[in-house]
Amino acid sequence: MFDTALSSADLIFLAKGAGMTIVVTAISVAIGTVLGIVFGVIRVQLGTVYAAPLTFFLDIFRSVPLLIQLVLANAFMGMVLRLQFSGLTVACMVLSLYTAAYCAEIVRGGIDAVPTTTRRAARSLGMTWGQDMRHIVLPLATRVALPSWIGLALGVMKDSALVYVVQVTELLKSTQILITRLQEPMFLLLICGVFYFVISFPLARFGGYLEKRWSND
Amino acid sequence: MFGYTFQWNQALARLPKMLDGAVVTMEVAVLSMLIGILCAILLTLLRLSGSRSLRAVATGWVEVARNTPALFQIYMAHFGIASFGIHLSPFVSLLIGITFNNAGYLAENFRGALKAIPDTQIRAGRSLGMSQTQAFRYIIVPQMLRISFLPMTNQMVWAVLMTSLGVTVGLNSDLYGVTQDLNALTFRTFELFAIAAVIFYIITKIITLSARLIAARLFRY
Amino acid sequence: MIEIHDVHKSFGQLEVLKGIELTVDKGEVVTIIGGSGSGKSTLLTCINGLEPIASGRIVVDGTEVHAKSTDLNRLRRKIGIVFQQWNAFPHLTVLENVTLAPRKVLGMGKAEAEEIARTQLAHVGLGDKLATYPARLSGGQQQRMAIARALAMSPDYMLFDEVTSALDPQLVGEVLETLKMLAEEGMTMICVTHEMAFARDVSDRVAYFHKGVMAEIGVPDQIFGDPQHPETRKFLASVR
Repeated sequence: MFDTALSSADLIFLAKGAGMTIVVTAISVAIGTVLGIVFGVIRVQLGTVYAAPLTFFLDIFRSVPLLIQLVLANAFMGMVLRLQFSGLTVACMVLSLYTAAYCAEIVRGGIDAVPTTTRRAARSLGMTWGQDMRHIVLPLATRVALPSWIGLALGVMKDSALVYVVQVTELLKSTQILITRLQEPMFLLLICGVFYFVISFPLARFGGYLEKRWSND
Repeated sequence: MFGYTFQWNQALARLPKMLDGAVVTMEVAVLSMLIGILCAILLTLLRLSGSRSLRAVATGWVEVARNTPALFQIYMAHFGIASFGIHLSPFVSLLIGITFNNAGYLAENFRGALKAIPDTQIRAGRSLGMSQTQAFRYIIVPQMLRISFLPMTNQMVWAVLMTSLGVTVGLNSDLYGVTQDLNALTFRTFELFAIAAVIFYIITKIITLSARLIAARLFRY
Repeated sequence: MIEIHDVHKSFGQLEVLKGIELTVDKGEVVTIIGGSGSGKSTLLTCINGLEPIASGRIVVDGTEVHAKSTDLNRLRRKIGIVFQQWNAFPHLTVLENVTLAPRKVLGMGKAEAEEIARTQLAHVGLGDKLATYPARLSGGQQQRMAIARALAMSPDYMLFDEVTSALDPQLVGEVLETLKMLAEEGMTMICVTHEMAFARDVSDRVAYFHKGVMAEIGVPDQIFGDPQHPETRKFLASVR
């Protein structure tokens, strides 16, 4: 169907890029989610006023282009602190905080969605704060938060395409390298796009399904 | 404390150039939003249409926009289209890429907003003698606007942030592009990009704050 | 005059109207009672053409509602309808809710439409709520606003579809008072209702619907005092 110069070595090269995309995403989403839960709970516990500094800090990650965050972190580590971090480390650090910033919002929204009356009922039964959080808030908030979290994780995967700027060769960068060499942009981009799509589309659908199912009861 | 001497003055001297870049960034963002909203309305209507193939095209657009990286979409608009012998300028490629992305996300939003309005609203309008179009225009659209307003604001912020990707297709007149060129001249990477970050931050805050003011005026119910 | 001849209508397999015959004269108030699923609400939505019919004819002042050539938008101007769910337009104030259709459908000027709206809203007791948004009104007030909204089109006929069924019990009275007032003013009305006392008080005739058939129709004293059809008797015994 396609007359292409793409060799099996090139395919392995692309697969490596795809692997890198998944590694960067997995690490960042894992760390970012843990941080995001911590930040989210802190924000709810402290209240709007005392949490303001944290809110401001997290908001920066949502208000500055990721590309600039990566460049700045790289420059700060390398030029200012003179630390020899690999591009992968810098990429994961930035993407983790980026994930955490969005995740904290989702966690906060989830906790806020649990009615105060429900929580009062739990406390009035003699539950401690921890028990209330674990047995009442966690299951209820998860229902609200999980669909958004799936969306966030997929968003991070798509945004991980920008880590090329700190010399991490993920899928899109690999594709671009091959485009430059083989001069077959359409064909190569299609391969790349299909990869993202087959991961993202079913999971996004699943998230939408969960959202629908859980909002009905 | 650091073995590095910050030289803010050197970077700040370039501020006017960077602000010129910010204007281009805003141009791309605003244009991509305006065209994106029009496309999203069209997509929403197509997805409601009776024709199977029209619905498939619209759904395809929406799903590709939402399930692939924005950078991929911009590459498609530049290198992909170029393989058909059409060579677009970086500005146009970036604009097409972001518009495509905006339209996809907004169309999904509009569809959700439409679902959130009960059918009985149309019925109430029709029973007062309104045509389908009138009921849609005076009853449904204003309510959709309210539901979609916050998501539209968020998308506008996204559009601004996405303009930074123009550099990947060779754009050097926007804020990120200008900053990168200045960096190549001066090597004050941290200072220059920190200033760019602050400008981006201020732009996004202006957008969200003014959206809040407009919403307060527009939606008093 | 509204003339309904042998109207049949189905939703899928379920036949909800099985040959309805009914004529309502100018100035008459006809009340339709009956159990749920008897087809009474469906009939109302057929009269103003919101629902198609399978066969038969509905003729309003000589215009056949379901004829292809009929301009339904034009016809609906003279038939007002108020539903169980009042369907207030949430994005418009009370005044704007009422002026919208006169302005956009009848092409009235703003001042004229507001004049009419003010009169109608005062009429239903909402003269002091003009600038309020529906979300701030009680169900009874929203329902009265919906009545004023329909009246502002100066309809010749008004259809009321269980307008008190979704209301809290203490709000039913204020809406029924409004309907009573309209009846006394000579408005031609068809009311589907579960309020038997209301049906008895205001109707010229009461029709009993059972499983898509109009089992019985007559003056209130006869229907409530001496029902002929066994199903009518059963129904009235159950609601008393």
